[in-house]
Amino acid sequence: MGFPEEVLEHVFSFITSHTDRNVVSLVCKSWYEIERWCRRRIFVGNCYAVSPAMMIRRFPEVRSVELKGKPHFADFNLVPDGWGGYFYPWICEMARAYPWLEEIKLKRMVVTDDNLELISKSFKNFKVLVLSSCEGFSTHGLAAIAANCRNLRELDLRESEVEDLSGHWLSHFPDSCTSLQSLNMSCLSSEVSFSALQRLIARSPNLKTLRLNRAVPLEKLSTLLRRAPQLVELGTGAYSAEIRPDVYANLTEAFSRCKEVKGLSGFWDVLPSYLPAIYSVCSRLTSLNLSYATIQSPDVTKIITQCPNLQSLSVLDYIEDTGLNALSLSCKDLRELRVFPSDPFVANANVSLTEQGLVAVSEGCSKLQSVLYFCRQMSNSALTTIAKNRPNLTCFRLCILEPRAPDYLTFEPLDVGFGAIVEHCKQLQRLSLSGLLTDRVFEYIGKWAKKLEMLSIAFAGDSDLGLHHVLSGCDSLRKLEIRDCPFGDKALLANVSKLETMRSLWMSSCSVSLGACKRLSQKMPRLNVEVIDEQGDLDSRPDNCHVEKLYIYRTVAGPRFDMPSFIRTMDQNPTYRS
Amino acid sequence: MTPLLDVEGDGPGNVSLMTSASTMESVFQSNPGLTERNYLGLSDCSSVDSSAGILEVKRSNLNLKATELRLGLPGSQSPGRDPDVDLASSVCLDEKPLFPLLPSQNIVVSGSKRGFSDTVDEGNWMFGSVASKSLVQGKFITDASANGKISSGTQPTMIRDATSKVVPQEQTHATYGASLNKVNTSNPPAAKAQVVGWPPVRSFRKNILATNSKNNDEVDGKPGPSALFVKVSMDGAPYLRKVDLRSYTTYQQLSSALEKMFSCFTIGQCGSQGASGRENLSESKLRDLLHGSEYVLTYEDKDGDWMLVGDVPWDLFIDSCKRLKIMKGSDAIGLAPRAMEKSKNRN
Repeated sequence: MGFPEEVLEHVFSFITSHTDRNVVSLVCKSWYEIERWCRRRIFVGNCYAVSPAMMIRRFPEVRSVELKGKPHFADFNLVPDGWGGYFYPWICEMARAYPWLEEIKLKRMVVTDDNLELISKSFKNFKVLVLSSCEGFSTHGLAAIAANCRNLRELDLRESEVEDLSGHWLSHFPDSCTSLQSLNMSCLSSEVSFSALQRLIARSPNLKTLRLNRAVPLEKLSTLLRRAPQLVELGTGAYSAEIRPDVYANLTEAFSRCKEVKGLSGFWDVLPSYLPAIYSVCSRLTSLNLSYATIQSPDVTKIITQCPNLQSLSVLDYIEDTGLNALSLSCKDLRELRVFPSDPFVANANVSLTEQGLVAVSEGCSKLQSVLYFCRQMSNSALTTIAKNRPNLTCFRLCILEPRAPDYLTFEPLDVGFGAIVEHCKQLQRLSLSGLLTDRVFEYIGKWAKKLEMLSIAFAGDSDLGLHHVLSGCDSLRKLEIRDCPFGDKALLANVSKLETMRSLWMSSCSVSLGACKRLSQKMPRLNVEVIDEQGDLDSRPDNCHVEKLYIYRTVAGPRFDMPSFIRTMDQNPTYRS
Repeated sequence: MTPLLDVEGDGPGNVSLMTSASTMESVFQSNPGLTERNYLGLSDCSSVDSSAGILEVKRSNLNLKATELRLGLPGSQSPGRDPDVDLASSVCLDEKPLFPLLPSQNIVVSGSKRGFSDTVDEGNWMFGSVASKSLVQGKFITDASANGKISSGTQPTMIRDATSKVVPQEQTHATYGASLNKVNTSNPPAAKAQVVGWPPVRSFRKNILATNSKNNDEVDGKPGPSALFVKVSMDGAPYLRKVDLRSYTTYQQLSSALEKMFSCFTIGQCGSQGASGRENLSESKLRDLLHGSEYVLTYEDKDGDWMLVGDVPWDLFIDSCKRLKIMKGSDAIGLAPRAMEKSKNRN
């Protein structure tokens, strides 16, 4: 190309999407070279797909790294402890190679205190640390981050499992640290020093996001809010206190000063009497997370009917159908709805939340795109109605609590209902199935779900044909996770090439044989076929025995060596011993 | 087993992708046996669900039952193995036929508050059941749908020593002991058999709801708190487990469950000590290694102190237990006096 490098670099700097960047790098050799030198942000969706050395070799000037480790089903205890996903090898190499690194974002990885200390000491300009659903570190590691990262802008521990030794870590932020814009400590349990917290907030004029933990008492919330009227996102601590008029008055007044607040979360242990204190911010709210608030439908309804600009709502099923109906009438801008189960292990419905609530929202909220819905009954007709109402759905995750529950009206499988979803919602990117499903639903999915990128299947299907429909039909599929389905060798071995077009495939409690895993591995050298089996003796099992769990992912880094004894990568040597 | 290369139509070294469902279907149609027969329950060691049963069988063959890991709770003996096995088979035999769904808004009406597993066709899902392969259905059962029973395809992943929850046999027996249609009032609803990782709710959500329900008297109609997960580690074991303390109601139940979860480690240790496998180990040597006093169950309480499990009433224990650890008896010696002191202070 005729342009000088600097011009091309400048042009590339406007291209931020990872996919676009990847495409740019494929145009020609010189574009590849220019692009790789000016790429600043890297996203690695599977930390084992590539090695740190490879990443560093190709992209020497990176400022932001995002990594994901464990498979999604780790969230539900399906991935045994010790599986892997260690941040260690990455931080070791990056500490040497990227002295100007500013951002690290990790999801489902194992991070240690040493790793955190290394971060805090290796990058002079370090700004953003996001640890989402991570584990392996304690508050000591957080203390190191607080103490050493002079220009820290963002510390977000969302949903991580932290060994909470004390709240003292927060006091390690030096008085000179005034750069904080975002702090999310909601997953911690220990009480931090309130005065340290107060001073930190007071000297952080750019603080926009503050998510407190449960231990911050409600009586003190107003004190914090008064020092941060510029907050945009607030997560409260425990939302109950002795009923005292002065506490209530202070709280109400403090909230009324928060003219910029658009998002609220927290709300543990809610005492409903204190809820009206937030009414003054409701009209501006775009995001509301009440999924820890065990308040009944009337109280929930009172809040949401005051939030006409709400775009994202997370609630417990205490909202019931009546509350969802109110939502559908009041919140016309709603894009995302998540309804969690208050008592998932009880067979009988403890609340009056049915498929009707979701139908109502699908009718009233024309911008609804993303749904996560836990309920106890569903019907094909409801699903079809929802599909026809909302063809703009991009994410549909339905969890009927009882596995293999049929249409509660007709007792038929829910194939037709989910079929309607994939047929009408042509932009659907993410789908989670539940209820009674035969191979037929997979036929529909393979036929219609052409934009589907992530599919979660549990207790469904009749035969390999089901899996085959999915693998052969879903053109955009990247992540497939399956548990307790009668899918076995045939579908896998008939679709080996497909697996290399995907990020990963998880199968647990299915019917895949050890022999098939070996064969798959030999056919596809750029896949890691990892068998997880905690019964021991993997080496002496016959080939026809079923593996407990299977995780297959494409990689250019070869087999990994940080696995515990109960995980094996199938041998890629063509002359396999059986 | 039908060679899979036939289906693919190519020899080794040539990977051919079945690009159309119709091709696959025609293959399946011409070999109807392929679809329904081959993938489920063919071989003795297959089927995840029966693996626990296989383990039981193997153990009895090796006569290890009497010498298995016992957790030495102070002042109590862990219940023996044999009743467990008898339990499994007796329950299989005695299990009453499924009761149909009652016509109501709720789909599953179970008086004893047991879960989906109880509606699966008889006998075959039982934890520890050896004969669990007989129910293998490739197709949806149409007549089951007529009266609203929940049909079963593959076996669900029942509680095993896989990851988190284990339902001890005694607990299941208690549920069966009561008439199927009576509410099991003696045990809290937690006596329901739970499937690992289902429903897909994150642990931190479960724990938070549990504590919420304790604190919030205004929430009525809740049948009881939900799960309370704690980590369990064992000296010498390569990895941790998690258990839901609310799925047990007594120390006995917890102890059995943990024994089952961690026994594979102790047997593994034996295996590594023996020259060429378990057959060479003498019974007495095993007994020495695995005797009850060898391992004790301890827990870390809210103050951060390690205590012996069993000193305090169960409810108090689950309130204060942060995590569990199976320690070698020798390491736990120092714990006893402290535990005694603490409970004295409490009283």
